Amino acid sequence: MVEVDSSDLSRDTLFGVEEMEINFGPQHPATHGVLRLKLKVDGERIVDCYPVIGYLHRGTEKLFELHPFFQNVPHTDRLDYVAAATNNLAYVGAVEKLLGIVVPPRASYIRTLLSELQRISSHLLWLATHAIDIGAMTPFFYTFREREVVLDLFEEYCGARLTLNCMRPGGQPYDLPVGWVERCAEFVGGFPEKIDEYEGLLTENRIWKKRTVGIGILSPEMALDYAVTGPMLRGSGIGLDVRKAMPYEMYDQMDFDVPVFYNCDTYDRYLVRMEEMRQSVRIVQQCLEKLPEGPLMAKRPRVLKAPKEGDVYHAVEAPKGEIGFYIVGDGTPNPHRCRGRPPSFYNIQVLPEMVVGGRIADLIAVIGTTDVVLGAVDR
Amino acid sequence: MSERQDDKPQEGRPTGDQPAPEAPDETRSEAPATPDSDSSAAAAEAEAETKAKAAAAKAKAVAEAEARKEPWERDPAAPEWQEAESDGLVDALKSSFGEGVLAARTFAGELVLEIDRQSIREVGRSLKEEHGFTLLVDICGVHYPDRDQAPFEVVYHLYNLDQTRRIRLKVGTQEGIDVPSVVAVWKGANWPEREVYDMYGVRFAEHPDMTRILMWEGFNGHPLRKDFPVEGIDTGAAIYPEFYGDEAGPVAGTGTGWKPPEPPEDKPEEPVPDEA
Repeated sequence: MVEVDSSDLSRDTLFGVEEMEINFGPQHPATHGVLRLKLKVDGERIVDCYPVIGYLHRGTEKLFELHPFFQNVPHTDRLDYVAAATNNLAYVGAVEKLLGIVVPPRASYIRTLLSELQRISSHLLWLATHAIDIGAMTPFFYTFREREVVLDLFEEYCGARLTLNCMRPGGQPYDLPVGWVERCAEFVGGFPEKIDEYEGLLTENRIWKKRTVGIGILSPEMALDYAVTGPMLRGSGIGLDVRKAMPYEMYDQMDFDVPVFYNCDTYDRYLVRMEEMRQSVRIVQQCLEKLPEGPLMAKRPRVLKAPKEGDVYHAVEAPKGEIGFYIVGDGTPNPHRCRGRPPSFYNIQVLPEMVVGGRIADLIAVIGTTDVVLGAVDR
Repeated sequence: MSERQDDKPQEGRPTGDQPAPEAPDETRSEAPATPDSDSSAAAAEAEAETKAKAAAAKAKAVAEAEARKEPWERDPAAPEWQEAESDGLVDALKSSFGEGVLAARTFAGELVLEIDRQSIREVGRSLKEEHGFTLLVDICGVHYPDRDQAPFEVVYHLYNLDQTRRIRLKVGTQEGIDVPSVVAVWKGANWPEREVYDMYGVRFAEHPDMTRILMWEGFNGHPLRKDFPVEGIDTGAAIYPEFYGDEAGPVAGTGTGWKPPEPPEDKPEEPVPDEA
C-alpha cells in the first residue's frame, strides 16, 4: 500500500482558494463582437477583470481626415453598425454647426423620425441578444419579427437596411416614398402591443428576475465618474438625456418622457429600454402627424469647406448613449480631425466595476446590459 | 445651442423662393436723351449718378429679399471665434488659477478654454468639485504638425448636468512632455487617455495604466499623427523578431515602399475626374 503524505494535498489547491486566470473572448457569442476579457476567477467568483479592446480597430478616424465632409457619412455608419441613423445624425449635425448650415424643417422632422425608428430597432436587437445570453430563446423570434418591419421601412426610404447613409450635411437626400407615412403609422400603431408581448414573456418571469435583479450594480456616482451615458445612466437614477437637456433637430417640439429607474441593476436597465421604446413610438407618431411640406436640402455650396480655424462638438442621444462628433476644420474640404465619441467605449470601460465580486454567469448578463457594439468601441 | 435656435419652423410663412422685385427705375427720365458736346461731362456725371442709384436700389432690394428668406435658403455663414463674454465660470477660473487659464474664447456658442499643461489637473478638479462639471464627456488628441510650439493638443469635453452646459478645455504639449493625467479626478479618463497615447504618443503622467489600447503592445508608431502613412506600416519587431531587433523596423512616416503598378503602355491614361 502506497502511503500518501496528506500534507501535500493542501486544502488550498483542491478546494478553490486558488485563483485562476481565464481568457473570455474575443471569439465568444456572449461578448457581442470581439470583446476580450482577462478574468481572474476564484471558482465561480470573479476576482479581477481586464477588458482588452481593439480587435475591430479600422482606423475610421484616420479615414475621416482623408475624405471630404460628404464622403465621410458612410464611414459613420460603420461605427455603431446597428444604429447607423444616429451616427449619421451626430456627424452631419457637427458639420452643419461648423459651417453654419440651417436645415429645413421637413428634413429635420425626417431625421427625428429616422433616429427614433433606429432606437426601436437597436433596442429590439439588444433585447433579443440579451435574452438569448441569459437563456430566453423566444423573445429573439418575437423581436426580430418587428425589427424586420423597421428595417423594411429603412430599406424603402434609402435602400439600405443597416448601413443607412441616410443623411447629408444640409438636409435629407430623399423624400419619404409614397405610402411610407401610412406604413410607418401602421407599424408604430401596433407596436405597443408587441412591447406588451415581450414584457409578458420577461418582466414578471421568475427566471428572468432571478438572473437580472440586483446583478451588475452600477451606483450613480460610479456611472457619472466613468462618463456612462444613455439607458445605463438612466437605470442608475440619473435622468440625463441629450434629447431633453440640449434638444437638437425637432426634439424640443416633441412631447415625450425620459424614463428613469433607481435600482441601478440589470433589471432596471431592461425596464428603461422597454419604456424608451414606448416613448419612441410617441415621438414617431408626433413626427408623422406634424410632418410639414417644404424643401429637403438647405442652400449650401457644392464643396463644403470648413472655416480656416474652428472646432465644434455636437452630440445626439444614440440608443446606447451620447454619441458626439468633434470636428476641427482647417479651411480645406476635409476635416483636419474628426473624433467620434462613442457611447459604448465609455459604457464598457465601467464593466470591471460591475462584475468584480460577482459570478461568471452574471458576467454574461452584465455584458448584455451594457449593449456594447465593438464597432463603436474600436472604431 | 444658441446658434441653432433659428432652425425651428416658422409656421404660416411661405417657404418657396421669392424673387427679388426689380429695382424701380425712376431716374431714367431725368437723363438727357441726346447729350450736347458741351454738356457731355455733365451728362456722364448724371449717368454715373443714375447707375449708382440703380445699383443702390438693387442692392437694397436684394438685401430685403435676403431678409425675407428662411434661414435655410440663405448662404451658410460659418461661425467665428469670439472672446468669451465675462461670465462667472471664466472669472472664477481666472481668479483662482491666474496664468493657468491662457485663453477663453467661444466658437459657435461653445466656450473653449486653453489651459496651461501644468495646471490641467487642478483646473479639472476645481471644475468638477466647485463648478459642477461632473461628466467628463470625452478626451481626444489633435495633431497640428505646422505648429512649432506644442504640435499636439489634448482636448477635454466637460458637461454640467445642472446647467446643461458644455465646455471644452485644450492643453498643448509636444513630443516627450507628459500631460498630467486626470484619472484622479474622473475615473472615466483612463481609457481615453490611453487612446490619446496610443494614437498620438502623448503620455500622461501618473496614469495608472499607460499602455496601448487599440493597437497592440509593440506596435511601432502612432497612427493618427499626420505623418503616419495611411497605407500603414510594417509592424516591425513585435511581429517579426527574426528580421528586426528591439525597437527596430520601419518608422512611421517613411511609408512601406509600396508603389502603384505601372499602367499598361498601350492604353492612354484616363482623365482624372474633377473632384468638385
